[in-house]
Amino acid sequence: MAVGKSVNRVDAMAKVTGRAKYTEDFYHPDMLVAKYFRSSIAHGRVTAINTKKAENLDGVHAVFTYKDVPENKFPTAGHPLALTEDHKDAADRLLLTRDVRFMGDEIAIVVAQNELVANEALKLIEVSYDEYQPLILPEDILEENARQIHEGSSNIVGEHTYTFGNDVDQAFEKADHVVEGSFRTAMVQHCHIENHISHAYMDDLDKIVIVSSTQIPHIARRIVGEVLNIPLSRIRVIKPFVGGGFGNKQDVILEPMVAFLTLKLNGRAVQINLSREECIIGTRTRHPFYIDVKTGVMNDGTIVARHMDAISITGAYASHGHSVAAAGGSKQSSLYPRAATSFHARTLYANTPVAGAMRAYGSPQIIYALECATEDAARKIGMDSVEFRLKNVARQGDINLLSGKEILSCGLADCLIKGRDFIGWGEKKKEYEKFKTGPVRKGLGLACLSYASGTYPVCVEIAGARIALNQDGTVHVMVGATEIGQGSDTVVAQMVAQTLSFPYENVLVVQAQDTDVTPFDTGAYASRQAYVVSNAVFRAATDLREKILDHAAVMTDIDVAGLDIVDGNIVDTRKSAQVMDMKTLAIDSFYHKERGCQLTAEASFKATTNAPVFGCTFVDITVNIPLCKIKINRMISVHDSGVIINPVQSGGQIHGGAFMGIGAALSEELLIDPKTGYIYNNNLLDYKFPTFTDVPPIHHDFVETFEPTSAYGNKALGEPPVISPPPAIRNAVLDATGLCINSLPLSPHTLFTAFKDHGLIDEKGGDNV
Amino acid sequence: MFDISSHKKAGSVKEAISLLKENPDAKLIAGGTDVLIKLREGKKQFSHLVDIHGLKELNFIKKDGDNTIVIGSGTVFSQVIESDIINTHIPMLVDAAQSVGGPQIRNIATIGGNICNGVTSADSASPLFALNAVVSVKGSKGSRDIPIADFYLGPGKVDLKHGDVLTAIKISSENHDHAFGCYYKYAMRNAMDIATIGCAVNLKTKNGRLQDYRIAFGVAGPVPMRCPRAENMARGQALSSRLIEDISQAVTKEVTPRTSWRASREFRLNIITELAKRATIKALKRAGEELP
Ligand SMILES: Cc1cc2nc3c(=O)[nH]c(=O)nc-3n(C[C@H](O)[C@H](O)[C@H](O)COP(=O)(O)OP(=O)(O)OC[C@H]3O[C@@H](n4cnc5c(N)ncnc54)[C@H](O)[C@@H]3O)c2cc1C
Repeated sequence: MAVGKSVNRVDAMAKVTGRAKYTEDFYHPDMLVAKYFRSSIAHGRVTAINTKKAENLDGVHAVFTYKDVPENKFPTAGHPLALTEDHKDAADRLLLTRDVRFMGDEIAIVVAQNELVANEALKLIEVSYDEYQPLILPEDILEENARQIHEGSSNIVGEHTYTFGNDVDQAFEKADHVVEGSFRTAMVQHCHIENHISHAYMDDLDKIVIVSSTQIPHIARRIVGEVLNIPLSRIRVIKPFVGGGFGNKQDVILEPMVAFLTLKLNGRAVQINLSREECIIGTRTRHPFYIDVKTGVMNDGTIVARHMDAISITGAYASHGHSVAAAGGSKQSSLYPRAATSFHARTLYANTPVAGAMRAYGSPQIIYALECATEDAARKIGMDSVEFRLKNVARQGDINLLSGKEILSCGLADCLIKGRDFIGWGEKKKEYEKFKTGPVRKGLGLACLSYASGTYPVCVEIAGARIALNQDGTVHVMVGATEIGQGSDTVVAQMVAQTLSFPYENVLVVQAQDTDVTPFDTGAYASRQAYVVSNAVFRAATDLREKILDHAAVMTDIDVAGLDIVDGNIVDTRKSAQVMDMKTLAIDSFYHKERGCQLTAEASFKATTNAPVFGCTFVDITVNIPLCKIKINRMISVHDSGVIINPVQSGGQIHGGAFMGIGAALSEELLIDPKTGYIYNNNLLDYKFPTFTDVPPIHHDFVETFEPTSAYGNKALGEPPVISPPPAIRNAVLDATGLCINSLPLSPHTLFTAFKDHGLIDEKGGDNV
Repeated sequence: MFDISSHKKAGSVKEAISLLKENPDAKLIAGGTDVLIKLREGKKQFSHLVDIHGLKELNFIKKDGDNTIVIGSGTVFSQVIESDIINTHIPMLVDAAQSVGGPQIRNIATIGGNICNGVTSADSASPLFALNAVVSVKGSKGSRDIPIADFYLGPGKVDLKHGDVLTAIKISSENHDHAFGCYYKYAMRNAMDIATIGCAVNLKTKNGRLQDYRIAFGVAGPVPMRCPRAENMARGQALSSRLIEDISQAVTKEVTPRTSWRASREFRLNIITELAKRATIKALKRAGEELP
């Protein structure tokens, strides 16, 4: 049984020994490098550009500007092609732009022999602008006479509303109490270790090969074709090992440009390797949200009504645009399915870095507001925070009224109980009663989450798997599911081993992806892969298993019904005896002159289900008032992600997610000057991504349910762990200090302002009330 | 990729001085943890390098006959942390060294580079101010000793002429013997961060009173600074919570923190007040004193 075991990752040795090859490790002797010339203003239009001096610099091969690129605007979001107009992403981007929409916008590009020459050349480019007032804050962007950031298009990229359940207005009227709150989340960044990097070359007269650190090789191929107007089959995207993406590589960022450059330079290899500074401002970020929440609650603790109004800032270009607010908003109906709910969201352009997909895609913002509001409601009626959640959260058998689907597996209530027991909720609450005044205060907090296992029914969910028996009795597996460090190749190997009854070691997953040969799959996002690929893998493996047994029957003259595979060997079940090993069978299938063939199986599968997942975080904190610092004493996240295929890897996802959540909760924020659009902290010194010393030991646990729509009972886990830590921490701060501090991050600066406003810190840094 | 035009490895301090003399554009590189950052930013003034990294001559910690503690400028922070002499006599410097960057940085960053870089946030600087450290500088015309407070001329500017090498940092007996100190760094992260405020206290007690008291801050002004008026007020006073409170208020009259996007003046002042208390209390603890 390979499923459920903490087998080593298939790529563990390659990675820990440094042998794994990433995009930057692929080298072409004559490769050129390209560097963007980025705008130094946030909003305006280029009136003149002079690249002559740069072109004349020794070692410069070419300089291209907005004048040289194709005129067709394209969308960059890594979504499957939408067949209906209403689902298409905004096509608002050009390879290089004359209209500047954020500080760092790409106006020109220099191709040179090396990075140093390229950087020198950038300094020689002269540009003048017509400058416009940058639009940064929602009130300015929405003002009636505000300039259109994209001429001809509203500054509102998308807007939608939904309601579910009883009549919401009536429900509010009947509610014993109505609790309101306004919340704000910050612009944060993925900070994957490997920055964006791609190179392209032509290995034929008309074929472009792109090697890229991407989460979406097949989508990248399609979009490059659209941008350059070349048939998809003439583009090949290779994805080597990837050093993380968290959604930031679910977007085509460099691929169209490197393809364009190699075309222009006669097929010579050209690489773009973004610096960390460029990666922070020039790729994607998480959408900052402004959210108002209203909760109607009865004295007995039932949440009867909820209204949420959200503004999401997508920045200079739409990228994933309104999909993020829509996806985030839709999670309410699986978390609190029985409350009458209405939701309204708008996504706005702004002269800020572009927001796109980032781990959990809108849910960290929406659920942060939702779980803070839920805490406020519990406190309003004086009910215990855990009891209040237990009364209201989803249970198995509830109907998700937005999708109309029954929730087939839900262990959230058990997650809450496990978390409560672990943190010692009852005793700690008592113990901490004496820490509600003075300079050192203590509190407990919790928050729940719900997420999905893919994008259906918004997007197609398709996955492919191909398995071939090798001559030595092992199998090679090819999947379109994209390994980006999250461990998907390992769980695929486990699934195949499980269904074939092979030893895990005998299942080899082809690591690098190549769109010329890899089965079609849309890529790594939406925590979809293990869930969606499970059914493709199961079908292919089941098919291959049958073919193997059929061949064994032919070889042995034993009725196939009496044959089985056990631990990679053919067994006669009636005699409980091994008949032959897999190598013997394989050799026969390949080389017997009359019978057999290469035994392979392939499946492509579309999921038309989408299993909701659940979880919660409990946190125990100390707040130091004069130092304006929060210390997390203990934290646990408990998840229902169905059957856990690999406990250690799953734990890794939770730890990584909690780490990221703690960063967003306590310190991370891209700081943008509201007047000029200048970005202050485009580096990892000033952007306060936590270090290991800033994060406490994180605990995790699972409530294993069985999800019937997945082949192995598993559901999503990649993104969800990032969602619940920030609201849990905010709720713990409320417990400790009595203050509702409703904007992230809860950095020392935020705490200082709040403590001062509420008199916890006086002018002289004296007493703490 | 770094734009390095020339790189000359010096085999001795003497050679370093002459290599510098040969090339008016050359700059010293020790651990390189400041220099390489500047090179990466494309700053041309560091494209000619004279490398003193690993020079044995500059790598030592010793106690002289007169009980002066001498630290070679090429000593890296990990060595400071591991030094018996420093742990025994100046634990405050261990506090500071431990707070620098992360393990990789502490293994290569030198205390000399930290001082010569001239920034107000340098973690070893405010402790050295509180210790009245003296720096030894060697140039083509010989050697000179400069009190640390005079060495800092302004932001990023120290009293080094082209061709000078900082060789050692000296802390004389009266500044560490029977003195107890503490360095408290406040930053937004526990590692890999520059100080929002750094506070160093060095004190001596006698019969329940502060016999000597010194307090220095980093990032409370353009260069590391002491608070002489607060110190004068504190000296000779009986130990009490009231005194700690008074000191923490007095220092706010002398510091001049700025509002920047990294932190507001008001916030920094709040932290200055709090660190003055914390560092003083910790130093008193090290002195074996209990506040009545
Ligand atoms: C990731 C990271 C984290 C950091 N964290 C901290 C921190 O927490 N606290 C902190 O204070 N600093 C920190 N720094 C800054 C830096 O590490 C320190 O200032 C360090 O002590 C510099 O020493 P170095 O040997 O690397 O100096 P170098 O970079 O080699 O030199 C720095 C400057 O001093 C000059 N110089 C060096 N040695 C001599 C000498 N003997 N005589 C004359 N001039 C000399 C050089 O010419 C240069 O101008 C950090 C740096 C990095 C990259």
